[in-house]
Amino acid sequence: MSIMDYNGGALIGMKGKDCVAIATDKRFGIQAQTVSLDFTKVFQINPHTYMGFPGLATDIFTVYEKIMFRKRLYELKENRKISPKALASMVSNLLYENRFSPFFVEPMIVALDEVTLEPYMCDMDLIGCVNKSDNFVVGGTSSSQLYGLCEALWEPDMEEDQLFETISQALVSACNRDAISGWGAKVYIIKKDKIIVRDIKTRMD
Amino acid sequence: METVIGIKFNDFVLIATDMTAAHSIMVMKDDEDKTYNITNQVVMGVTGEAGDVPRFAEYITQNVKLYRMRNGYDLSIPAIATFTRKTVAEHLRSQSPYQVNFMLGGYNPIEKKSHLYFIDYLGAQVDVPYGAHGYGGMMTITVMDRYYKPDANYQEAYDLLKKCILEVQKRCIINMPKFKVKISYAGGVQELPIITKDNIEQNVIVNVKE
Repeated sequence: MSIMDYNGGALIGMKGKDCVAIATDKRFGIQAQTVSLDFTKVFQINPHTYMGFPGLATDIFTVYEKIMFRKRLYELKENRKISPKALASMVSNLLYENRFSPFFVEPMIVALDEVTLEPYMCDMDLIGCVNKSDNFVVGGTSSSQLYGLCEALWEPDMEEDQLFETISQALVSACNRDAISGWGAKVYIIKKDKIIVRDIKTRMD
Repeated sequence: METVIGIKFNDFVLIATDMTAAHSIMVMKDDEDKTYNITNQVVMGVTGEAGDVPRFAEYITQNVKLYRMRNGYDLSIPAIATFTRKTVAEHLRSQSPYQVNFMLGGYNPIEKKSHLYFIDYLGAQVDVPYGAHGYGGMMTITVMDRYYKPDANYQEAYDLLKKCILEVQKRCIINMPKFKVKISYAGGVQELPIITKDNIEQNVIVNVKE
């Protein structure tokens, strides 16, 4: 078993019409043993900028803390909010600095640009190779299931309600075919004037 | 090989650790204390590599004390957990990582809230209502899933802990005859009666100084 699968977890980001969504499961485990049912891997970086961290739990915190440190310094220096694109470069840079002893996370950025409110979405591998996406990004132990579901369910220009339904169905169905993710989920819908956060019940077995 | 259990209730936290110190297949002593009082309100149960445990736990304790001396007030409980996790994570990618697992808990009488953190040797930190490290965790978590209620009183909580330990002693192949129990509540950190193989079937009355 890979170290990326040590704690388990699943994440998706999805683009809709003038809105984006990010969803995470809530399980934290040590290999097959479930330890916590309230472990979300999604963090708010700025009002319209969210990041999700699938991977090894310790590196989720470590990378998040390091990113926040650099992002705060950037914002103090520039006296403006960081754009999602610059944030992606910043994360990619941090990960590539550790090219030969990497952090075991594959971060995803799901955001509306803080100025233009343009949707932005990308994910990257553990050494920071950025993959920009116009439809969806997936990560975690059930990423192959998630790809299949997103491929089948996603369609362009979804409104917030439809986007919520699609992202939730994709996450829940993928988690049901993965033993080490699931146990509840949390969905964030990011719109220009509001953020909607919903907890979803899933199978608990 | 060792077990540490932590349970959080509305107005107190219990931490229990087994008291055996083993070296290879030999039990060296049965009165080892693996709990550490970090502040007046915070207690940490630690398991792991024999030398790492006291060294790391004392490093954390003394640094938290230093913070108090410098600033005149204690680090908050979440801050102690963050500091502990960060120290573990920083050493993880060094030449000498610490092989230590914690259940860190405490009650804050000012905000009237209890905290319990599960931290493993990799530096994964989770806020949990109850948790356990080691082989004992495999037997005890299910017991707590069944019987845990957040509003239990001291006696009910202690009896739940006894249920867990009974299961460990019954099902685990490793011999863990004694468990040290500590409680963090509004009055500080206090030791409760040790749970042993001999007294576990008896009804031990818990006296907590108010």
